[in-house]
Amino acid sequence: MNRTNRVNFATYAMVILAFAALQIMGSAGMLSSTVRGQLVPICAYAAMALSLNLTVGVLGELSLGHAGFMSVGAFAGAVAAAALPISSDPLRLAAAMLAGAVFAAVAGTLVGIPVLRLNGDYLAIVTLAFGQIIKSIMENLYIGVDSRGLHVSFLENRIIFRDGGKMILNGAMGVNGINKISTFTAGFILVMLVLIVIFNLVGSRAGRAIMALRDNRIAAESVGIPVTKYKLMAFVISAAMAGAAGALFALGQNTITANKFDFNTSILILVFVVLGGQGNMWGSILAATFLTVLPETKAMRGLADYRMLVYAVVLILVMLATNNPAMQDFINTRFRRKKKKEGTVR
Amino acid sequence: MSEQKNNYPKPRLVPVPSTNIIPERDIDKRPILECRHLGVDFGGLTAVDDFNMAIGRTEIAGLIGPNGAGKTTVFNLLTKVYQPTRGTVMIDGRDTAGKSTIQVSHMGVARTFQNIRLFNNLTVEDNVKIGLHEHTKYSALSGILRLPSYWKKEKEAHEKTLELLRIFDMQDMAGYQAGSLPYGAQRRLEIVRALATGPSLLLLDEPAAGMNPSETAELMHNIRKIRDTFQIAIMLIEHDMNLVMGVCEGICVLNFGRIIAKGTPDDIQANPAVIEAYLGKRKEG
Repeated sequence: MNRTNRVNFATYAMVILAFAALQIMGSAGMLSSTVRGQLVPICAYAAMALSLNLTVGVLGELSLGHAGFMSVGAFAGAVAAAALPISSDPLRLAAAMLAGAVFAAVAGTLVGIPVLRLNGDYLAIVTLAFGQIIKSIMENLYIGVDSRGLHVSFLENRIIFRDGGKMILNGAMGVNGINKISTFTAGFILVMLVLIVIFNLVGSRAGRAIMALRDNRIAAESVGIPVTKYKLMAFVISAAMAGAAGALFALGQNTITANKFDFNTSILILVFVVLGGQGNMWGSILAATFLTVLPETKAMRGLADYRMLVYAVVLILVMLATNNPAMQDFINTRFRRKKKKEGTVR
Repeated sequence: MSEQKNNYPKPRLVPVPSTNIIPERDIDKRPILECRHLGVDFGGLTAVDDFNMAIGRTEIAGLIGPNGAGKTTVFNLLTKVYQPTRGTVMIDGRDTAGKSTIQVSHMGVARTFQNIRLFNNLTVEDNVKIGLHEHTKYSALSGILRLPSYWKKEKEAHEKTLELLRIFDMQDMAGYQAGSLPYGAQRRLEIVRALATGPSLLLLDEPAAGMNPSETAELMHNIRKIRDTFQIAIMLIEHDMNLVMGVCEGICVLNFGRIIAKGTPDDIQANPAVIEAYLGKRKEG
């Protein structure tokens, strides 16, 4: 078994063990209500971080609008859960997450086709704008359901219901009174599925092509790798996973509004990825978990207002540390003495 | 300084028909590469002009010339990194007009780069497997779901990779990170990756750069071995004259973007235009 496989299995084991431990602690009544309330968001953010890590770490493109895909998935999931005539809650949740993934994948394709022709900073700027556009669209979208099916209205609410009709998405007011059907188990399954998709993709022909683009685009073209196809593939898979995570998140909340998925959320997810290490999946999960739980703990409550400031400082420090040769030498000699190899610095 | 530049001798052009340097054994078959009046301008600067050349199907051809003569530009034109301003490039009788780098690669042209371009964060094995991309086809979905086609094709790719690495005796390095390899091994890996694409024409851009004489001698041996094993044409840019004269059958000399001489190594060594391009002209008393 090579190193990659060992890391993959360790990551699966870590997630499974954490899930088992939390389940046992939960049934033994050892978890506070705050922590229990955070279990679904943790899973949603972990899946978000993993999906963004596919774009940033594996494809090597910076996306600043990932919350946009989460938003599309969240609202698509909330509407699907409210409108679909499925009585079983787990099935309804699964259908909602699937709907979230499909709609986010469509959004990812629409954005990806023009945007992925750009590189580096330009891609970051366009994805940032995309996140804002999605937010504006969602704030002006009205969706209701009655016996005839779904009604959609844009910019102003012109929906006229038949008897028994109800509003689902009410523009800037968002979705209210959500039936909270998301469970920790569902979150765990989603994180595992996302991990499996990412690891299996990375270990296959398509994943190698994607990483080839990241490492050296010119060389990848010279061996005949279709650049646009694989960039789009990675981007769309990443968007779909973000959509499923968004649906999971939405169905664990009482209310969701488009405001929730703004630029700050995109940056938050990027912080998870950078802090956990680009291309490092277990790092993303850990960073997402701790940065979701920490602000909710009593000790950190007082700092809640300074959250984004702290993240900014943390991001700067991580960037400085990972790009500083002296720091890298220090880390290499202290922690990786046995494995030290010449020229492995990225 | 500027005075010297003005006095610098203009190259004497020796027009040679494009087909006369193909080895005899390839003469009845269609040449693998044929360039006709190939040229490219960058703004007002003509980098390459009226480049005519044909390469036989199993020929080892050399492209030499002083620094800045346009050798790498020719490679970039052949692989469509630059689109030519004038002229045509035919690969195995097929016109490459309007084709992209990727399509030219699929037509059977593989190359290495003067400044090594490996996938540094991936293993040696993965680098070669990326070269095999077009030959180990299965869908991304069967990769994600690990369907039987994944296991079958990955096994094939693994075996093919080791086979290719064995050419340069690199099979033991398969698990190493490409970026951590020593310089010579990186150059060899680049050649293996290019070979993995199953080319009929292999372009090597300064394969011996930075190698010591014994490594260069080994490289010469390996270039012949690749040609004999795969029965492909190889075209190389090189400054190491021992390598060029030792391994190339036809040589093309470029200066200021134009061909100044073509012929066998013996012809080239005796050609006054070449000597003039490399060493300058003796001042007439």
